Amino acid sequence: MNDTAAPLIDVVGLEAYYGRRRILHGVDFSVRRGEIRVIMGGSGSGKSTLLRHIIGLQRPVSGMVKILGVDVGRASAQELLTVRRRLGVSFQGGALITSMSVGDNVALPLREHTQLDETTVRIMSRLKLEFVNLGGFHDLMPSQLSGGMIKRAALARAIVMDPELLFFDEPSAGLDPVVSAELDELILRLRDALRMTIVVVTHELESAFRIADRITVLDQGDVLTTGTVAEVHASENERIQDLLNRRPRTVEVDVDAYLRRLTEEDA
Amino acid sequence: MMDTALRLLNRLGRRTMMAVDAVGYAAGLLGESFRFVVAGRRHGQPVRMTAIVEQMRQVGADAIPIVLLLSFTVGLMLAIQFIATLSEFGAQSQVVLAVAKSVTREFGVLITGILVAGRSGSAFAARIGSMSVSQEVDALGVMGIDPVRYLVAPALIAMLLMLPILTILSDFAAILGAALYSSPMLDMSVQTYLTQTLSQLTPRDVYEGLSKSIVFALLITVIGVATGFSVTGGAEGVGRATTRAVVLSITAIVLADMVFSFFLNR
Repeated sequence: MNDTAAPLIDVVGLEAYYGRRRILHGVDFSVRRGEIRVIMGGSGSGKSTLLRHIIGLQRPVSGMVKILGVDVGRASAQELLTVRRRLGVSFQGGALITSMSVGDNVALPLREHTQLDETTVRIMSRLKLEFVNLGGFHDLMPSQLSGGMIKRAALARAIVMDPELLFFDEPSAGLDPVVSAELDELILRLRDALRMTIVVVTHELESAFRIADRITVLDQGDVLTTGTVAEVHASENERIQDLLNRRPRTVEVDVDAYLRRLTEEDA
Repeated sequence: MMDTALRLLNRLGRRTMMAVDAVGYAAGLLGESFRFVVAGRRHGQPVRMTAIVEQMRQVGADAIPIVLLLSFTVGLMLAIQFIATLSEFGAQSQVVLAVAKSVTREFGVLITGILVAGRSGSAFAARIGSMSVSQEVDALGVMGIDPVRYLVAPALIAMLLMLPILTILSDFAAILGAALYSSPMLDMSVQTYLTQTLSQLTPRDVYEGLSKSIVFALLITVIGVATGFSVTGGAEGVGRATTRAVVLSITAIVLADMVFSFFLNR
């Protein structure tokens, strides 16, 4: 419909602080329906902070975050809970509830938000487990799963309500190349088969280039660029090229600030 | 000199602010839980009966053996002390009254409270703390499941229901312990001892203990979950929060008990 008119995610001038440290500097970010957007950046670039703001875990200090048409900063707790049912989030560590079996974890959103009977819930949650190639694992506890399996189970839980928007925090962190390639395939299948809009936060270049429709590169709280894979490759921005070519950053030291950090009592 | 004083004042101010902050946060959690119990269903955030029952089992039913054992022992010990002291005045027959009143008003509920604080207050803090650390609390939130509704409200209701019940059980066990020791000393049967106890107890004595148990239930739950939610710093943080929850809730219980006893016995 009006895809270009109303982006699913619309972030304007977002600022974020941890204490006195500014993490995000007036970030603008918007995602259209049906695309896979990768937020890429080194550690400390603010990408996780941006994600936390988009999914409403942190309220913006200044700037606006709009998701599926709801202004996260102004929404009531109730509105926020309602909009969250339309999105799925797969956390970096999986964040499966450790006291529940894998099957119960995946079924949890269905049990909490729908009136479906137990048989339907079971079938639907097992379908999603099959989709992420974890068929037959529903009786295991999260502690019995490997890292890759936990990520896939978390993905199954994130998509069990068929969300319009899926967030994936560091899908390949700590996984071997084969498993992370499999996860990339899964993400592509999700867009193609289930028509989801997907936002992936990652620092893995290879995976980012494989799955992304467009990439947003964050560095030290600034959006350096947003563009297709080719555009990012062709970018002349030095910091982007540093990131692409794994060059160590040259840190410029501000002598005054350096001395102040060393000597100040309650920095 | 001036500098140190200022720094001390500064620290005192900060600590005070933090304490006020913590109390406000805890009160907020409490209010929110009750809101979910009353109006959660209307907003698609029902507090589930199964969750409450499960919590009741954990905080209540599972604690029964240890509550009975400790209460029985304390009752027996009270009887020993009272008989020893009262016989100096030749008033050992008053032990029935002394035990009955002190157990129902004070010791039954206090033992129960301290035990439950140690068992369940720490469990709340550890569970919620480790869930915060592993982002499970965040995950609940982004699934549209309010963590307070899902984790806190059932625990609170379970505590409010089970602590009074445990207190009654504790009263029984303590008085029975006292009866077993005292009745041979007083040349009466255990049965007579118990009938005498019943005739000397007024409903008010029992209510005093029960009203305290409600307050203790609120304190233990809210301190446990609030410290749990505020965990930072990984596994070590969870450990620290657990200790903190137990120490704080036992302190709060004892202080609240004193305040209550003071006002109820004026």
